[in-house]
Amino acid sequence: MAADQDNETGSTQHTLDELGVGSMDLLRFATAGSVDDGKSTLIGRLLLDSKAIFEDQLEAVEATSQSKGYDYTDLALLTDGLRSEREQGITIDVAYRYFATPSRKFIIADTPGHVQYTRNMVTGASTADLGLVLVDARQGLTEQSRRHAVLLSLLRVPHMVLAINKMDLVDYDQAVFDRIHREFTSFATKLSIPDLEVIPISALKGDNVVTRSEHMPWYQGSSLMHHLENVHVASDRDLIDARLPVQYVVRPKSDEFHDYRGYAGQVAGGVFKPGDEVIVLPSGLTSRIAGIDLFDREVAEAFPPMSVTLRLEDDVDVSRGDMIARVKNAPKPSQDIDAMVCWMTNKPLQPRQKLAIKHTTRTGRALVKDVQYRLDVNTLHRDQDAGELGLNEIGRVQLRTTVPLLCDPYAKNRTTGSFILIDEATGVTVGAGMIT
Amino acid sequence: MQVPPRRLDRASGAGTLPGSAPVAFTEPVTEGRHRHPMTVTHADYRLSQLDQLEAESIHIFREVAAEFEKPVLMFSGGKDSIVMMRLAEKAFYPAKIPFPVLQVDTGYDFPEVLETRDNWVNRLGTRLIVASVEQAIADGVVVDDGKTSRNRLQIGTLLHAIEEEGFTAAFGGGRRDEEKARAKERVYSHRDDFGQWDPKNQRPELWSLYNGRIHGGEHMRVFPLSNWTELDIWHYLAQEQVEIPSIYYSHQRRVFLRDGMLLSESEHNPCKPGEEVVEKTVRFRTVGDLTLTGCVESEADTIEKIIEEIAVARVTERGATRGDDRFSEAAMEDRKKEGYF
Repeated sequence: MAADQDNETGSTQHTLDELGVGSMDLLRFATAGSVDDGKSTLIGRLLLDSKAIFEDQLEAVEATSQSKGYDYTDLALLTDGLRSEREQGITIDVAYRYFATPSRKFIIADTPGHVQYTRNMVTGASTADLGLVLVDARQGLTEQSRRHAVLLSLLRVPHMVLAINKMDLVDYDQAVFDRIHREFTSFATKLSIPDLEVIPISALKGDNVVTRSEHMPWYQGSSLMHHLENVHVASDRDLIDARLPVQYVVRPKSDEFHDYRGYAGQVAGGVFKPGDEVIVLPSGLTSRIAGIDLFDREVAEAFPPMSVTLRLEDDVDVSRGDMIARVKNAPKPSQDIDAMVCWMTNKPLQPRQKLAIKHTTRTGRALVKDVQYRLDVNTLHRDQDAGELGLNEIGRVQLRTTVPLLCDPYAKNRTTGSFILIDEATGVTVGAGMIT
Repeated sequence: MQVPPRRLDRASGAGTLPGSAPVAFTEPVTEGRHRHPMTVTHADYRLSQLDQLEAESIHIFREVAAEFEKPVLMFSGGKDSIVMMRLAEKAFYPAKIPFPVLQVDTGYDFPEVLETRDNWVNRLGTRLIVASVEQAIADGVVVDDGKTSRNRLQIGTLLHAIEEEGFTAAFGGGRRDEEKARAKERVYSHRDDFGQWDPKNQRPELWSLYNGRIHGGEHMRVFPLSNWTELDIWHYLAQEQVEIPSIYYSHQRRVFLRDGMLLSESEHNPCKPGEEVVEKTVRFRTVGDLTLTGCVESEADTIEKIIEEIAVARVTERGATRGDDRFSEAAMEDRKKEGYF
């Protein structure tokens, strides 16, 4: 519509505008379900029906299905990536899938549902706006579906969809749907799930996946795709508490930009504007924002998740790992950290253990002071005698860090409230923490 | 002191630049050090998905530049690596890109691609390192048995160059939508002493907290375009209006049909008996070793037309035009394990 005003490249812009590129937004969602819940089939169907699957991919899958003697095309084959998975017929790792409708692009973190792969589910959920949990209508809620809901709640995924699948195998019976729905909502009262949608579907037959099903006239809600396209995620960000973890100091040292000194980073919360009075942590020095640069332009405001470069009016000492915040609203630097930790390696997490920690752009070392309890993700029981956390276990841990972390509670800000723990000998990521 | 940027009415949407954020012109900033002294505002603090992808990728570039001693950007001259160059340019502006650019020259590269590479490198004033497959063959680093493709020989050449120069992180243009094995690869993809990828033993990658720990001799492959799709790449190129190799646009070319692919006539790729060279109006969807990279018949001579074409294309870009991925269903996975891009 505005193409005429920008004369330089008017024709290009007009075409792009027609394609809706400028207004298309993004939804990241994580899927979870057991091997037999039909998750891969559902994803295959979403990709197929949104035309994200190409002819050659579909042909390869049809050929494989035929050679295996299946009665129908196994859409799960579309998403099973690694050779060992194809051989074993299971999904073993987080895989990312992409599809788009005219209004939204979707990134799916497709995570396996088995017991031993909690870490993958946590990984997938860490960046998700929405969590999609599948249950088999014939089985009802299982230990695993409860666990998935608990993990989504723990990871503060703001939206959740419970898709009750295989409705075709229970004659599209409303009573089955109602029973599972009731059972789940009663369980969910103990969790933090701000937005829940329960949808009866058949991934195999396509009921309520993209279009409303004719087989379930008793269901008045949206199809899954309609819900995914319309769920409101823009308000999920924290636009109040301004936070910029400094990633990199830009110093061109060129004749043209001789005195330029900019602090580059991705805004983690709030809105920054030129003229704002800011504080640099942990030093506590204050200054004002002289300008906010986005490549070769100046912008009037910076908000999450923009990657920008801030210039300050005063020549204060700022380096990587520092945090720029508003003077009257800054996180408190702390070396004593209480967090929920998901442990991701065989050797258990134990008191007195030393680990490397990465929080925003800050790295340091951490000493495990105490494992206060282990959370049973099936019953939500807190085992205070656990003393340690094994692989795929989650619990509350007290850490003492060598450097102060400039953090917020995870419930308030998923970026400034999260950290990873790294084994110093192997360099492997062994834990994921959410600050309480 | 600068003139504070004037805020425009956010709700009006005036001056909307499709494909990016609404842009509003203000009075020039007095210091005048920016080439485009304009102010960008965003209705409702929303970013388009393309702007979100850009922000995420820039974050990755800055993280690597800050945490790794010797990063390098692997530049093929193809559209994905051009988007990488553009993002790197934005990430560090007004400073230069703080790492060199590495290109593996198969000896069978399209001249148009090398020309674009040189133009980019010159414009950004960055250092170009060329690792030549021919040189690697001459030096005995890799063995040309006459049966192995140049794409495959690139692996050894690349790993040798990374080891020789001591690079600790190498940016690659791989996207997860390209192929099933790539869909599972991390943004930071750890490579062992032999440059190999171990798909079953990948580090968990949470939030945007990337773990850059490596031991001596190991390196990290970094994929800043992991979450981009082919269509995103083209939308971005259209938005950014930057130079890409001319072979992406429709042109006349002498081609022949082999294994269902249209290949370019070339001294490196002699016709076999029964193969007939004809002139067609074609363009390339990917850029690689010219003996293996097929073109498609197309009239698309602008990015906008290419986007329209892709939006309705029914065959994946690799499936359509890359001979090296067609040998087996697990071809990409095998090459990646060995240390391919």
